[in-house]
Amino acid sequence: MRRMMKGNDAVSEAAIRAGCRFFSGYPITPQSEIVEYMSWRMDEVGGSFVQSESELSGISMVYGAAACGLRVLGSSSGPGFDLLQEGIGYIVSAELPALIVDVVRYGNGLGEIVPGQSDYWQVVKNGAHGDYHCLVYAPASIQEAVDLVSVAYEKSEYYRNPAIMMYDGAIGQMMEPVVLPEMKEHDPDQFDWAMKGRGGEPQKQITSACYYKHPVPQNYVDNLRNKYAEMEKNEQRWESYMDEDAELIFVAYGIMSRSCREAINEARKQGYKVGMIRPISLYPYPVKAFESLSDNLKGFISVEMSALGQMVEDVRLAVNGRKPVYNYATGKMIPDTDEFISYIKNVLEGKEESV
Amino acid sequence: MAKDLLTPKLISEANRFCPGCGHGLIAKMIAQVLEERGVEDKAIQVYAVGCSCLISTVVRADSIQAQHGRAPAVASGVRRARPDAVVYTYQGDGDAAAIGLSESLYAAYRNENFTAIFVNNGVFGMTGGQMAPTTLEGQKTATSIYGRNTALTGQPFKLAELVAQMPVAYVERCSLTDAKHIAQTKRAIGKAFDNQLAGKGYSFVEILSPCPTNWNMEPVKAYKRLADVVSGEYKLGVLVDSEEE
Repeated sequence: MRRMMKGNDAVSEAAIRAGCRFFSGYPITPQSEIVEYMSWRMDEVGGSFVQSESELSGISMVYGAAACGLRVLGSSSGPGFDLLQEGIGYIVSAELPALIVDVVRYGNGLGEIVPGQSDYWQVVKNGAHGDYHCLVYAPASIQEAVDLVSVAYEKSEYYRNPAIMMYDGAIGQMMEPVVLPEMKEHDPDQFDWAMKGRGGEPQKQITSACYYKHPVPQNYVDNLRNKYAEMEKNEQRWESYMDEDAELIFVAYGIMSRSCREAINEARKQGYKVGMIRPISLYPYPVKAFESLSDNLKGFISVEMSALGQMVEDVRLAVNGRKPVYNYATGKMIPDTDEFISYIKNVLEGKEESV
Repeated sequence: MAKDLLTPKLISEANRFCPGCGHGLIAKMIAQVLEERGVEDKAIQVYAVGCSCLISTVVRADSIQAQHGRAPAVASGVRRARPDAVVYTYQGDGDAAAIGLSESLYAAYRNENFTAIFVNNGVFGMTGGQMAPTTLEGQKTATSIYGRNTALTGQPFKLAELVAQMPVAYVERCSLTDAKHIAQTKRAIGKAFDNQLAGKGYSFVEILSPCPTNWNMEPVKAYKRLADVVSGEYKLGVLVDSEEE
């Protein structure tokens, strides 16, 4: 059954239906609907909701429940997400699965409450200290967000590594028709590492994997390298759109990819052969999408709602000097079709500098 | 045979604390209390960062290491995820009273049904004896080399008194000064676990403990300072007992 749902509500319900039974968080625009939804919905399904006194505390509770094997959800935005990074770093170090949502708002510090894509660096690279990545999923629609929730839980459990779903405030706040998955139960006792008391067995430890799990330094290093190498081999996700004959290929994720798609359709009517690579996983970055480049391709345009252009660094790494890469960083604005087309013209006429 | 009786099964190896440190005594008492109640296999201990983190190498219950200061929040998540478990936090004074004050007070504020063991030795131990909120006036530490100036840094921090402002089940401050006080400490730890088992809510035990290494004292002198000086600043006794109200 299709129903109209707000992005944040739909993601919350998708988490519940994937078996999530613990949420703790703190209100911040444009993420607050997740906290609000979970405050009543968790109770209905026999799960636990705690409105925490801070994001530091909220992610710590999420960490505790994840250590017990539950499917858990945390969420925040902007300066609140900064505070989650401490706990995310510990969840990573303890090799626990968890899903965390970043509903991105624009700007530095307190910033603004309007949608943005300027969290790329702190979410995709790593926001806490140490050697790690989170699996990062960037849906472009509410349906895709819903579908990726269960994927994120499954992958997070397979790799024993937290996953982050990152979407901007627009996807969080808007309504779209969506089909929700069936309700699924999750058994926390399926994991031999889950905390529940020893029960006559030897002590279990949830702490940094470097202490007990991989006390030999080289084993610790190998474990990390192998884990992320496997993700990079098997977990790349992207959508290609009209890129086979394209002279210019946009690279855009999330809400930006939707405006981009519309602009591509119009540009093609006007005779410009343009296409798009839409990353769905931001870590691992879909470098496979950039493997074979046609001779008539003149360059890539990375488009992002940020001031500096953050993802463009990964586009450059994927392209690796084979073609020019342009950095179309749009600040807090989403360009309209005319603006996209004039940028295309400027690139083709040599008026834009590649990076 | 006496050795078998004295060493709880949960204690699996010699502790790694410094000579004369109070943590080893407290670890043993926690293990005894859990075993006397037959709940050692249901126990989940949540510790964080500092000397207190060595607890998981001594008391071999299921263990989670929280971020520095966040043990009460992690334990709040564990409490909900595992309603049948016996949950407790084990933290030092830098951990619970400095970086983790917010988490400490909010766990008390929610009257979480777990047990909090708070070890106050007046310094940051593991990092080399820096001043903590709990450091006494005039006490020399690595960050107060002329003695703590309370006019600039504040008075010794009374976490038990703050927790006692919250709607909790039980707050008591104890000391490891001598056999009598150690026995009282064990009774307090026992009561804090009994409260949890009875679902009465948050039970907090502050334990004044010596740190001979960072007090720059021989252990005997450190215990004497605990009796003569520290216990004068930090009043011993029950601050909250919901049973008696």
